[in-house]
Amino acid sequence: MAIPIYAGKLERTWYYSYRIICALIFLFLIGPILIIVPLSFNVQPYFTFTPEMLSFDPDGYSLRWYEEFFASEEWMRSIKNSFFVAIASTILATSLGTLAALGLSRPEMPYRTLIMSILISPMIVPLIISAAGMFFFYSSVNLAGTFLGLILAHTALGIPFVVITVTATLSSFDHSLTRAAAGLGANSRVVFFKVMLPLVTPGVISGALFAFITSFDEVVVAIFVAGVEERTIPLQMWGGIREQISPTILAVATILVAISILLLTVLELIRRRSERQRGLAPA
Amino acid sequence: MVNTYSKVGEMTTSDGVPLKVSLQRSQRKLKLWAFLLVAPLLLFITVSFIIPVVNMTLRGVENPQVHTIMPNVTEALQAWEGKELPDESVYEALVKDLTLGRKNKNIGKVASRLNYERSGMRRVITGSARKASKLKEGPYKEQMIKINKAWGDVAVWSLIKRESMPFTSSYLVAAVDYKFNDKGEMVAKAENKQIYKSLFWRTLVMSFTITVLCILLAYPIAYLLATLPLAKSNLLMILVLLPFWTSLLVRTTTWIVLLQTEGVLNDVLVWMNIIDNDGRLQMIFNKTGTIIAMTHILLPFMVLPLYSVMKTIPPSYMRAALSLGANPVTSFVRVYIPMTVTGIGAGSLLVFILSIGYYITPALVGGQSGLLISNMIAYHMQNSLNWGLAGALGFILLVIVLVFYALFNKVVGIDKMKMG
Repeated sequence: MAIPIYAGKLERTWYYSYRIICALIFLFLIGPILIIVPLSFNVQPYFTFTPEMLSFDPDGYSLRWYEEFFASEEWMRSIKNSFFVAIASTILATSLGTLAALGLSRPEMPYRTLIMSILISPMIVPLIISAAGMFFFYSSVNLAGTFLGLILAHTALGIPFVVITVTATLSSFDHSLTRAAAGLGANSRVVFFKVMLPLVTPGVISGALFAFITSFDEVVVAIFVAGVEERTIPLQMWGGIREQISPTILAVATILVAISILLLTVLELIRRRSERQRGLAPA
Repeated sequence: MVNTYSKVGEMTTSDGVPLKVSLQRSQRKLKLWAFLLVAPLLLFITVSFIIPVVNMTLRGVENPQVHTIMPNVTEALQAWEGKELPDESVYEALVKDLTLGRKNKNIGKVASRLNYERSGMRRVITGSARKASKLKEGPYKEQMIKINKAWGDVAVWSLIKRESMPFTSSYLVAAVDYKFNDKGEMVAKAENKQIYKSLFWRTLVMSFTITVLCILLAYPIAYLLATLPLAKSNLLMILVLLPFWTSLLVRTTTWIVLLQTEGVLNDVLVWMNIIDNDGRLQMIFNKTGTIIAMTHILLPFMVLPLYSVMKTIPPSYMRAALSLGANPVTSFVRVYIPMTVTGIGAGSLLVFILSIGYYITPALVGGQSGLLISNMIAYHMQNSLNWGLAGALGFILLVIVLVFYALFNKVVGIDKMKMG
């Protein structure tokens, strides 16, 4: 919506002030996340820009908080735990969720709405209630304070995302493609693996990414279900922020921002690829 | 398909089975197949999520302590009418239960349970249990009243009788700031002890504020994203998606860093001479902090549904309104905004549902005045260990959320929700 040449003074003023308003809102969205990146290189244990930093004096910057992070046994263990739990629960959530989505998108599926709302419920129920409920449940089966318990709990939280994204992909799936393949002589196995799967995979992958980030970022359930040995990064951060916030947290935060940029890029690439495959991409 | 076949009902398959039967059979098989695909997940979610959540909220009405630990008293009190002190048989049962409870080391549970309803009961029960186990023989009535005069109080006995029921409404009653008085009537708690009603109210008001702020901030940028050429809008979309994908704790941390009194924003304000060094603003660890941080965190949930609705509105509608003589403001208000109402509804409900159950951010940046109902549930789960009250509060919160979720389902339908 470029400004037309015949625009009057009022319209011009409005046009530019609207752009400025939008810029400010975007700044509100992204600014806070970007501001911690330089602050994490602060040589001083302060959470604000020192005069040295503002004059771009190299002495004002350092990697000490990153060194502290990588030297800390606790942080290293928590990062390992986080990846382990997130990957395991992603695999579980994705396989169970995709299977269910395949069933749900069949036209013969009975009680679809009811089943869908049950599968989606972990996303709706307030986390504190889920966490309390899971705490009692996993304690009663002696899985509280174990990796298995935490993984299963995170799996439940990640499942709605997988189910939603995969059913969405399947619902936009053009079934004439499978008929065409069958008409051209492919048997049902070939149809599934050569035609259906490549088109559905992007949905599965983005569902898996959602499940991954859900677990990787989850803290409320972890507070209740994880023990000391299973501390994840968010749990470690949660403790750090509540007790005495140390600049190491900013270093961790910067690393986490980098990870989310990576995930976002992967997701964007998948989206573009699948649009191309379906012939939806703009010319 | 079924119809076309049934019109030629006489047709049979090659092995002589009527086509209708054969079709039904294969339909049933397909149905079973579809269900089998869903079954493992359905089982997993039901067992590890639905039942635990229901159980958790049921704790708000379950009342097992007196019932199971003091079975004799429970039974003896059945016939008691509650007018005057119970007779000797009840006191005998009391001594029996207290002695046994002390031996099994679970009498403390009864003590805590009764203490929720009437302060001081903890001491009455544990103290009497210690002394009762030393009593040699009856009659026990006078001896017990001598041990603690509470046992000569009809109100104490009514309380025990009331709490000996396997289910109780007292947690739910407490969760809305009422209590039972000595006569068993429901009365409002003393003014200064009313916390939950105002906390629920605060949670609703703050969620509403956050939702409105999100609409105000999301609308302009969603409009910009929907009207820019795709290449540009995809680029700007990253600015919305990156916060969406960034860890919640990171985003909360950054607001602490920005808003604290020694933080970046206050430094900038001092530097610009808007405030002086002693007048640094307290922007975090209070209500303001919670609202700012949560608006930031939930904003993408408003932008994305708004954007997807706006994307489907052809620009020609606005041009038509303009060329028919409406001025830009009128055409925007009368033509454009009504077409985005579904998007506003979807986004608002999403943001509202999410913020009403928020725990982490208020706990970290809310101080005292910015806490929400979830924080109170967590407090009763972890600190006061009053799980019954946690369950009752959780139940009320869950009901509120489910009402709004049902609304959301009506407006958008969960299966039409898009992400990312």
